[in-house]
Amino acid sequence: MRNRLAVGCLILLAVLCLLAAGAPLIEAMLGIDPEAVDLMARLEPASAAHPLGTDELGRDVLARLLEGGRVSLAVGLATALIAALVGTLIGVAAGYVGGALDALLMRLTDGVIALPLLPLLIVLAAVDPAKLGLPAEMVGSPWFGLARIVAIIGLVGWTTVARLSRAAALGLRDRDFVRASRATGAGPLRIMRRHILPNVVSPVIVATTLSVGNVILLESALSFLGLGIQPPLPSWGNMLSGALELIHASPALAVWPGAMIFLTVLAFNFLGDGLQDAFEPRSPTTRL
Amino acid sequence: MLRHLAGRIGQSAVVLLIMSFVVYGLIGLMPGDPIDLMISSNPKLTPADAERLRRVYGLDQPLLGRWWAWLGAALSGDFGHSRLYARPVLEVMAAPLVNTLLLMGTALTLSLAVALPLGVLAGTRPGSWFDRAANLLAFAGISMPVFWLGLMLIVLFAVRLGWLPASGVEAVGGGDRARHMVLPVLTLALAGIGQHLRYMRAAMIETLRQDWIRTARAKGLSWRRVVLRHALRHALTPVATVVALEAGALFSGALITETVFAWPGMGKLIYDSVMGNDFNLALATLLLATAVTLAANVAADLAYAALDPRITWR
Repeated sequence: MRNRLAVGCLILLAVLCLLAAGAPLIEAMLGIDPEAVDLMARLEPASAAHPLGTDELGRDVLARLLEGGRVSLAVGLATALIAALVGTLIGVAAGYVGGALDALLMRLTDGVIALPLLPLLIVLAAVDPAKLGLPAEMVGSPWFGLARIVAIIGLVGWTTVARLSRAAALGLRDRDFVRASRATGAGPLRIMRRHILPNVVSPVIVATTLSVGNVILLESALSFLGLGIQPPLPSWGNMLSGALELIHASPALAVWPGAMIFLTVLAFNFLGDGLQDAFEPRSPTTRL
Repeated sequence: MLRHLAGRIGQSAVVLLIMSFVVYGLIGLMPGDPIDLMISSNPKLTPADAERLRRVYGLDQPLLGRWWAWLGAALSGDFGHSRLYARPVLEVMAAPLVNTLLLMGTALTLSLAVALPLGVLAGTRPGSWFDRAANLLAFAGISMPVFWLGLMLIVLFAVRLGWLPASGVEAVGGGDRARHMVLPVLTLALAGIGQHLRYMRAAMIETLRQDWIRTARAKGLSWRRVVLRHALRHALTPVATVVALEAGALFSGALITETVFAWPGMGKLIYDSVMGNDFNLALATLLLATAVTLAANVAADLAYAALDPRITWR
């Protein structure tokens, strides 16, 4: 029952990723352009030409939903992977090496966890990259906007993985196979790579899957507030930022992007939960 | 116990101090410049005046020196003036503080009142249809984008049905506060229910596996009594910790809900001050938010020790 749900979510996510990756193809087939502004056809209801209607600038909602999915999924996956990488490195180093390094890294982790997440993200997102001395042409490109949001969320998102992999590394440090390896002359780097890392992978995979959902929620919230992905590049979050003013004129506009966020995050959470059951059958299960 | 507490408070103070420097530095990196903003409101100022102002306000000093001066003033209770509100920062923060505490307290109470009984019921019957339904609700809760939940509630109750106001704290000319609170409270509470339900359920399942539960059953106590008198108290310990942490996070984390419903609380004040280049206000509100989350962490620690008799500190 449980695994069927997780597999179903995996299939759903695969379909979503395919749709997002193939968005340009689908748009070409349907003959619609997500950037095409048509002020004569603003806020139109669903029709044959626009299956989900048009937004406040007359752009096709379905096409923007597909494009937004590309952005939201790409940011979610990239950020979760980077955060997992950083977290694993910090956690394994702290857990295996121990001592002062462990104390230092864990105080850092505690400190980051104790900070108010949302206000911190807002301040980081409001930083003017030009004042950091970055060249203007780089700052202006849409790629920079994407990289920036990935960096900001990644900067605070590594703590869970760091704690998990530290705990796992700590438990492995004095196991016999690790001692045997040390006795044969393997250095700490080799032991960490060959023996510790492969054994911390499963909790990290679970935490990373769950964190993709969280990253998508954070990105959409920042974009909704106007501090994440900047228009005209659509993301599911920034498609909703205009919806509040238009809520009387076109309530339907507020429905679709949010429903996509909800569905995607729900699928990642179910999948992560299913993976946890698969990796750790003894943990308290959540059966559906 | 006291030594541990003192240690934790000292640690938090260090984090707060570091944060004040980081935030001070970050705020300097935000778009806009205090002197440019003054010039834009007074075209008569010449570049020489701007230079002089920069010197007068100490903006030509290095970052560390400016932060030190700010810290000295802040410790004596002077957080400067707010640019947006043209009043002392501490005065500006008073009303939003009350609004946020009101919103937060109501929402948290409502959420716990619904989630804890559901979590206990689900946790005592794992695998039942009720447990599955509760789980579905919990997963829906943690996967819901809060701003979208708010938007959907506005569409339903304010636009379609017209029962409730969509934003603000009171009607024009005052009054009607309760009705203005319904939707933001509902949004925050619904968003919290999923999380609380999950923790309560997991803690209950974990507790009911303990040997001492079997002992209590074996000595002839009814199931009901075992759950309500023995297991519940134990299972509430981790939940209390989580709730303490969450109260700290909500203080500024209700930001999205407050923005959607134009509820003038701390979260919205932080957002508005950052967006409006109100450097003094942004700095003070951010540090207050940090102080509150740090305090919540210490409180969670204390709650854990107070509720679990097995924990004694060196």
